[in-house]
Amino acid sequence: MKITTPLTEETINKLNYGEKVLITGTIYTARDAAHKRLVNLIVNNESLPFDIKNQIIYYVGPTPAKPNEVIGSAGPTTSYRMDVYTPLLLENGLKGMIGKGERTDQVIEAIKKYKAVYFGAVGGAAALIAKSIKKCELIAYPDLGAEAIYKLVVEDFPVVVINDCYGNDLITENIKKYANGGKNNE
Amino acid sequence: MNIINRHILIETVERLCIEANYQIEQDVLDALNESQNKELSPIGQDVLSQIIQNDIIAINDSKPMCQDTGIVVVFLEIGNLISLNFDIYDAVNEGVRNAYQNGYLRKSVVKHPFNRENTKDNTPAIIHIKLTMGDNLKITVAPKGAGSENMSLVKMLTPAEGYEGVKKLVLNTIFNAKGKPCPPIILGLGIGGNLEKAALLAKEALMRPIKDKSEDEIARKLEDELLDEINRLGIGPMGYGGTQTALAVKVNVFPCHIASLPVAINIQCHASRHKTIIL
Ligand code: SF4
Repeated sequence: MKITTPLTEETINKLNYGEKVLITGTIYTARDAAHKRLVNLIVNNESLPFDIKNQIIYYVGPTPAKPNEVIGSAGPTTSYRMDVYTPLLLENGLKGMIGKGERTDQVIEAIKKYKAVYFGAVGGAAALIAKSIKKCELIAYPDLGAEAIYKLVVEDFPVVVINDCYGNDLITENIKKYANGGKNNE
Repeated sequence: MNIINRHILIETVERLCIEANYQIEQDVLDALNESQNKELSPIGQDVLSQIIQNDIIAINDSKPMCQDTGIVVVFLEIGNLISLNFDIYDAVNEGVRNAYQNGYLRKSVVKHPFNRENTKDNTPAIIHIKLTMGDNLKITVAPKGAGSENMSLVKMLTPAEGYEGVKKLVLNTIFNAKGKPCPPIILGLGIGGNLEKAALLAKEALMRPIKDKSEDEIARKLEDELLDEINRLGIGPMGYGGTQTALAVKVNVFPCHIASLPVAINIQCHASRHKTIIL
């Protein structure tokens, strides 16, 4: 399924776990250090460097771009390190996240409660994913280097829905399905 | 006597770091293709096809296959007839520094585990030196990402826990890691020695070619059984469910104390990067 950002309620309702999705539009990068700062700003009632309402955050710390490139290699980092910060961002209007690996029960709960979605990209597919990134602009925290916040314009960025707004989890469901070599299926 | 030139060593380390990050080894690519044919889950097949496409793009476009270009592990095997009249640690680090600058690789090393200030040149490398006989200097460079390293561990089992205890520990560890180490993984196990020896054995096990088997009969049996059992856990490529969780299991063993059974589990993601050269 092809979708565009920012995410609308209608789009989110259509996204079921296991669905392959191509994302087009603007997304924002942030990983450990940037999350810590964003959450501190929210706790102190200060304004954020970008409006997170209806937006998608991509957990990534790219390699440096070569002179003729938009961005270097840019695959997802493991999401669980962001789990402690995620519920507060969702409460404040964030609607989507792209990363890799499973989330905690609290995050899955919050995704359901605030009607959001968690997408998985393929870890280590960094050169392939970079091809779908058309623009890259630094918008906050240059001191964090690869961990700074960038605004990306993407075209057909390939992901799969891991946690949908109905509380489903692809990882739990599919691991059960393929345990014992997929024989539970037959 | 083989006299090693400092500049050549630096250039070699630089080249190996860059090549390791840009060019997946053919044996890993073959194993990925094989696993794509075997995978039953459609999402799993799709993930494997993206990984394979990615690795080919990285080679063709000369860019890192993964954005986590790792902390660099360097194994040096130095023959007794080698002459080095310079600081080898220093020279290796200079090679790493050059590679991460000139090769557009991400700098992912911090100065202090608590302060966490970036060293900005990806040094220091983790350097293991072994003395051998002859006039060869063998250099292996292996950049290692954190996703899979963070899921690795060393555990001291009791001798009574034995073979079955090791299997249980491995299967639990892999199951709990699920998609975090970017499966399909390669598993390196170091069994025996002591705490630090086991860890080194596990890392060395990951340097073995993907298809080779241990010469030790029990280790070989463990490799075969674990590969089969890991692939029945259902984790699959990237943990999105499937039958292809591991490409290979490598077990290295060593004598140990009568009262110990040290076990190190080193997980390697599909972006298995290591290059070797002999000077
Ligand atoms: S675990 Fe490996 S493939 Fe995955 S992001 Fe880290 S280095 Fe890349």
